[in-house]
Amino acid sequence: MNKVTIKNFVMASIAILACFCSCTTVKEYQKNRINDAEMVVGPRKIEKTEVSFQTYREGASGANGGKGGGGCGCN
Amino acid sequence: MFAGFGQKAPADTSYKSRKLTFEEANLVSSYYNQDGNNSAVTGGVGTEKLTDIANVIDVKLHKWDRKNRKQSLDVEIGIDHYTSASSDKVDLKNNSSASHADTRIYPSVNWSRENENKGSTIGVGVSLSSEFDYRSIGVNASFSQKTKDRNGEFTAKVQAYLDQVSLILPIELRPPGQSSTDENNYPKTARNSFSGSFSYTQVINQRLQLGLLLDVIYQQGYLSLPFHRVYFTNGSVHQENLPDTRIKIPIGLRANYFIGDKIILRSYYRYYHDDWGVNAHTFNLEVPVKVTPFLSISPFYRYYSQTAAKYFAPYQIHTVTDQFYTSNYDVSKFNSNFYGAGFRIAPPKGVFGMQHLNMLELRYGRYTRTTGLNSNIISLNLKFK
Repeated sequence: MNKVTIKNFVMASIAILACFCSCTTVKEYQKNRINDAEMVVGPRKIEKTEVSFQTYREGASGANGGKGGGGCGCN
Repeated sequence: MFAGFGQKAPADTSYKSRKLTFEEANLVSSYYNQDGNNSAVTGGVGTEKLTDIANVIDVKLHKWDRKNRKQSLDVEIGIDHYTSASSDKVDLKNNSSASHADTRIYPSVNWSRENENKGSTIGVGVSLSSEFDYRSIGVNASFSQKTKDRNGEFTAKVQAYLDQVSLILPIELRPPGQSSTDENNYPKTARNSFSGSFSYTQVINQRLQLGLLLDVIYQQGYLSLPFHRVYFTNGSVHQENLPDTRIKIPIGLRANYFIGDKIILRSYYRYYHDDWGVNAHTFNLEVPVKVTPFLSISPFYRYYSQTAAKYFAPYQIHTVTDQFYTSNYDVSKFNSNFYGAGFRIAPPKGVFGMQHLNMLELRYGRYTRTTGLNSNIISLNLKFK
């Protein structure tokens, strides 16, 4: 069941990316919005300690640009 | 044949320093407090009151080498100081034992080299972490490759953490002769974590960017915490006992969209599965609103839901026939909500007129868990350039 869920999620995500990949080539000079500091694809610096406490207080971790386990007394 | 008609890219005449040059520095400080009534130290009952003050400083330097590749050096040091009412109960007789407070220091150094012509970046890093009962050495290596049109980027990263856990048992479970004052002589055991992280980001159009993230994490060694108590149905007390391997697979999708000129939607979904039986869904939405081009307010909401690890049971529910057992509510079944707002200013002439203080961001969040645990966190980020 879980393997199916992961597989479906990966397939759906790849399909979404693939559908959009060929849409538009955005030139560097057109990326003023994409390059905005708040458009960064990943947690921002200020979220560092939030991600850290969530890693301690929740069973799940990873896939957010940070650690997925180890390096601290958390699981 | 047509090459002669093509426009050549203008030569990059901008000055590129061959010496290591300061790029930016960030200070992130935060204050965190929590309260709840399911401490694992006292077997799933008892106070979870905890406060933590964290400070992380990172400095980024860069230079250009002879082949015109950008070399970056990121040096970071973090210091956390926490007080924990539940850790104080490792020794039930003490109301203020050595374990009621601790300081964690975690420096790291990361180096990367970016080849702008090829669109590729390689990097390596090393990290350390030290607290009273835990030591960690981490190493990582990464590789990124942009697509030809520079709108997509694939990144692969491998990480290893080689950790040492001090075996500090609850006072009543210690071998005869080992007292609470023997704190420098606790035996140590290994916990190792290895992970592979893969991500692909794609600019879809001038307003939309997507990212797909996949981690595969393998942990082995001592994965329990030695001072966590578990009370069985017969009233006997035991040390938490968990399997010595764990495989985690989180997969996430990010989508950031710029609406008009003032509003950004930052969304994130993660599905998580591990072989201890924890399945989790995380959904996060943040909406930065640019009040002016240099000032924004960002309300956010995060919903999280997980199933329990198959080794979890509350106070006095485990039986002597259980092979593995824990009463740690962090791996119980629960939902949580995390909400709050951030405030960010980055004026062109510097914050408060200080030219080098490039950006100030302040953020508050409140976390509530269906197990009754509540917490608050306030964070400050100062960026110097």
